[in-house]
Amino acid sequence: MNAAKLARRRIGDILFKVFCVAVTALALIALAAILWSLMVQGFGGLNLDVFTMATPAAGSRGGLANAIVGSILMCVLAMVIALTVGVLAGTWLAEYGGRSRYGATIRFLNDVLLSAPSILVGLFVYELLVAPFHGFSGFAGSVALALLAVPVITRTTEDVLLLQSATLREAGVALGAPLSYVIRQVLWRSARGGLLTGALLAFARISGETAPLLFTALNNQFFNNPWFDLRQQTANLPVVIFNGALSAYDDLRRLAWAGALLIAGTVLAVTIVARIVAQEQRRS
Amino acid sequence: MNTLNPAVEEFETSIADVDRAEVKVDVKGLNFYYGKSHSLKNVTIPFARNKATALIGPSGCGKSTLLRTLNRMYALYPGQRAEGEIVLDGENILGSRVDLARLRARVGMVFQKPTPFPMSIYDNVAFGVRLYENLGKADMDARVEESLHRAALWDEVKDKLSSPGLGLSGGQQQRLCVARGVAVRPEVLLLDEPTSALDPISSAKLEETVMQLKADHTIIIVTHNLGQAARVSDYTGFMYLGELVEFGATDAVFTRPATKRTSDYITGRFG
Repeated sequence: MNAAKLARRRIGDILFKVFCVAVTALALIALAAILWSLMVQGFGGLNLDVFTMATPAAGSRGGLANAIVGSILMCVLAMVIALTVGVLAGTWLAEYGGRSRYGATIRFLNDVLLSAPSILVGLFVYELLVAPFHGFSGFAGSVALALLAVPVITRTTEDVLLLQSATLREAGVALGAPLSYVIRQVLWRSARGGLLTGALLAFARISGETAPLLFTALNNQFFNNPWFDLRQQTANLPVVIFNGALSAYDDLRRLAWAGALLIAGTVLAVTIVARIVAQEQRRS
Repeated sequence: MNTLNPAVEEFETSIADVDRAEVKVDVKGLNFYYGKSHSLKNVTIPFARNKATALIGPSGCGKSTLLRTLNRMYALYPGQRAEGEIVLDGENILGSRVDLARLRARVGMVFQKPTPFPMSIYDNVAFGVRLYENLGKADMDARVEESLHRAALWDEVKDKLSSPGLGLSGGQQQRLCVARGVAVRPEVLLLDEPTSALDPISSAKLEETVMQLKADHTIIIVTHNLGQAARVSDYTGFMYLGELVEFGATDAVFTRPATKRTSDYITGRFG
């Protein structure tokens, strides 16, 4: 090999590294800028009222308490629905029907749903649960969020169950246990870290979704009456942020920043917990 | 009988050596298919009651496949099927009416890799028992202790029955799996290369366990370790390319193999 060729290679190598570092830095700078303005503006808007009072009319005192409660209610209900459907569907794909043509079709459709635009999901639920009943409702919002979480949970459930070794499954069956019993008592237990990670990621995914809620839960300036009644239009953080950000009033915009900070903080916390859980699982 | 082939003649005789009244599991004309591939070819072999029978042969010869037909483990996978007869105490277990869960409670299995369940040592052992028997706390405690004794694990775990089974060493985990298997009091115990993932000391302990289990169970052990087959088994079957080439008393197979192929395998000429 001649010297010129070697030198050219070394320069190429250096240029490639510089390019990679530069692009990574660019992405990180953008992320840092977003986080920085979110923190500065968000902490500026945070105060006790945010957690204790309902959303105000422009110019009066108020907070995000109704939106926080609405978001928590809708997300929790959505997760209950999505975990039930997603874990069972993922289990079916991994343990029963995954190798059939029907199973392959379900998996493909699930992957399509995984990347479906959330606004379409919102419109779908609008046609299904809002228009026929002539009213927006928190329930419709929960269903829309659940539809976004189901494919994530189905996918992760199938993946983590397939990671459990075939011998673990056979060992349970070899003791005379029906496969369904082995799945519930051994495989789910053995995969619980992965299942929890999937659930947390799905939660992180839906907690900031705005588009599906615009057509379903809409918004509510007040607490529902009673506060847990999701049959009514229900306030939620993403839509309050959306409205506040478009508002001409400074106080509403400040509130929107505070809401954005709350969501980002929650998602960050959930993601960190998911990573810790996944690491623990790998260690054991 | 084909007099031109003395090996076959002798082999037929050795199957007859097993006292018919003492046959626990009688495999007759068994063929097995993975989809289109024909991996067991007309296998006929008796497994004697309360004896250990070893299945030896090179990788891919069908010995694990044969083992997995005996508790119909293959039925978990579509596309795998067995034809012929496997008679367990007079009943053909390949019949369509056989309750598979019940069959597997009678025919236990220990695998190559230790597979403790993600639960306590106690719950691991009690897992199978709870499925078929409704024991009170005291009876269950006694059963767990007895099973751990039989697997030669009791002394090492008696003070930590509530700690996770996955926290044990590899050798201990494998003996835990044996304890879990014998806890349901199976009549037959299938061992699929049970020591191939273990160190020599753990292997020796497990072999001792197998020797003791023979008193109450019919043992069928698949192994790559010829020394192990010679040490623990009373009968040995040598398989090659899906066929049972030779079967007989372990002493005879190892000292006076009837076919050249068996002799070549045992002396390490291939494998």
